[in-house]
Amino acid sequence: MEVFNYLVFPGFLFATVAGLLTWWLDRKVTARVQYRVGPPWYQTFADVVKLMGKEVLIPENARKTGFLLAPIVALSASALVATMIGVFNMNWSAGFVGDIIVFWYILTIPSIMLILGAAASGGPLSSVGSSREIKMLLAYEVPFIIVITMIIFKADTLSFGGIIKYQAGHGPILYSVSGVIGFIVALLCVQAKLGLVPFDAPEAETELGGGILYDYSGAALGAFKLAKAMLFYTLPIFMISLFWGGVQIGNGLGILWAVLKYLLIIVLITLIRNTNPRLRIDQIMKFFWGKLTLLAIVAFILSVLGI
Amino acid sequence: MKKTILPIGPFHPLLEEPEFFTLYLEGETVVKVDLRIGYNHRGHEKLATGLTWDQVPFLVERICGICSTSHPYAYVLAVEDLLDIKAPPRGQYIRSLIGEMERIHSHLLWLGLAGHFIGYNTVWMWAWRYREEILDACEKLTGNRNHYAMCRVGGARRDVTQEAMDFTMQSLDSNERSTTMFLGAIVDDPVMHKRLKGVGVLTKEDAIAYAATGPTSRPSGVRWDVRETDPYDAYGASLKAKAWDVIVLEEGDVFAKAAARVLEVLESIKLCRWLIENMPDGEIDVKVGNIPEGEGCGRHEAPRGEVFHYVRSDGSNKPIRHKVRAPTFTNLPTYKASCPGEQIADVALITAAIDPCYCCTERVGVVTRNRRNTLTQDDLVKLSVEKTLEIEKKIGRRSNLAKI
Repeated sequence: MEVFNYLVFPGFLFATVAGLLTWWLDRKVTARVQYRVGPPWYQTFADVVKLMGKEVLIPENARKTGFLLAPIVALSASALVATMIGVFNMNWSAGFVGDIIVFWYILTIPSIMLILGAAASGGPLSSVGSSREIKMLLAYEVPFIIVITMIIFKADTLSFGGIIKYQAGHGPILYSVSGVIGFIVALLCVQAKLGLVPFDAPEAETELGGGILYDYSGAALGAFKLAKAMLFYTLPIFMISLFWGGVQIGNGLGILWAVLKYLLIIVLITLIRNTNPRLRIDQIMKFFWGKLTLLAIVAFILSVLGI
Repeated sequence: MKKTILPIGPFHPLLEEPEFFTLYLEGETVVKVDLRIGYNHRGHEKLATGLTWDQVPFLVERICGICSTSHPYAYVLAVEDLLDIKAPPRGQYIRSLIGEMERIHSHLLWLGLAGHFIGYNTVWMWAWRYREEILDACEKLTGNRNHYAMCRVGGARRDVTQEAMDFTMQSLDSNERSTTMFLGAIVDDPVMHKRLKGVGVLTKEDAIAYAATGPTSRPSGVRWDVRETDPYDAYGASLKAKAWDVIVLEEGDVFAKAAARVLEVLESIKLCRWLIENMPDGEIDVKVGNIPEGEGCGRHEAPRGEVFHYVRSDGSNKPIRHKVRAPTFTNLPTYKASCPGEQIADVALITAAIDPCYCCTERVGVVTRNRRNTLTQDDLVKLSVEKTLEIEKKIGRRSNLAKI
């Protein structure tokens, strides 16, 4: 059963399909915002399939093992977190104590693998990109952890299923002042985790020509793109689980509500990405360590006060 | 800290044309910038000496795809200066109208590109969408979206119809609305302020020292616009009628450069309206006979700054020398003053903010095999003297050039 969960549903295969469709939705909405027609629904699938069939070029100065291992680890980590979030949402008691910390931990692995892979490639543009990614990782994790801690305190449990169960009993965390502030902070952190504008400094195609992904090609690039697409599906589900009562399948219109919430979060992410310019890396760090950390602490204090 | 070298180019998503920036970095800070051009040299000046006087406008039009009327405009002004004639009023107004339409669409193009460079692709798509209205009007006026071929020695090549001018008025109205909307939505956006203000400041002293022109120098407080300082064609009359104003700002940063361009679009819209409303009747060109021996200069305020053309005639049907100086040639070195000490992300933007056009600028190509060749000033002087001597021999006249 675990193997089925990991490889087919809700793991690798399902997360891939859902992630690529989400990615397409993002591109389509972006196109409509910009008065363009946008790609057909299978465009992202075609992109990934094509990338998978292309030759992988390994730069001369690259450390081969690290360079090639990084995308594989990133992909498997994304699939793992997709599986766990899916399974724990379906069965609240399937988790273990402290699994929320494991989530937080695994969610950073794709970024760390990007850093490792880019550093292993030995190119100047990649190394600038990877140094930016390190800075950004350090920056956005601070408010993100504070918000997760806030939820842990509020639900008084360290298990993911427990948080959803708490919300089933007490109403979603989002429906409180501290919940709304925490949700906004987490949404911006998710934006940074996905590396989308305004937080796409590590990739910055018009400055670094792709930055961290500059030296990647073919299947290795495809694996990174797939990992990112899976995160694109996983992170909104993670947000719904933590803030908005989770995906409740057994509950009549539960699936429909979950899909609507999911779409709303995706559209929010897409709109943020389309109405902002890219921030400089020092501005990103100031933003996360300054304003957002402050907001997160405010949310934390409010939640302790029970507001 | 160890210096890192970051190559940008010769082919890079930031650059529309091939050129090669070398950034010397300390961390994310750029300490030195080196630029190498010469990938795009097409030998226009040489080609021009092989064409007849009337064919050259079609050639110089193709120096640049965006300011495609600026080069022929400056060229015909140069030849008219040589002949000492003036185009009839209607011809002058038509040429100025096309010149202003070009400024509008060129600035909107830059605005879109600037949005793209800072990762704001929505601005990119929107600016280019609004640019389409102007291009449609250009097509109605001249028959072409971009290469208009409206300039000829002695006037305009084609007349514009009343119907086309009415259509242009409508396009201008709707474009004014959208540009004003842009000014509100983009230029007043706090995130844009954060990203653009105080970045890559070019001081007034530096702007003058580097002889920067056009929208690179005017935002630094230099009031220099050929249309105002040396009025030609319809610009003198429009200035007297106070139909438009020169935009001069003080800050000199990227934000000021962007704001100046948007404001210039609005001024150009006013000027276009004035030109259409006051379009005189009559002939559009004068008949031009043989071109006598002599030389002439023409300058036009292109969207990127002052473009300068020099022609020399020996009385034959071809120019014996044709010199082009595009605005980017003087604007480009300002990166030496504005880039060091900035971040990589900003340097990309600062170099884009002068709206560079490399293929217009390139006048020389040095071909060596497997070896980078740096030409010093002495080398260039030597080459130039040799060339002058060669031309002297050809035209059989001696200048008072000191022997080297």
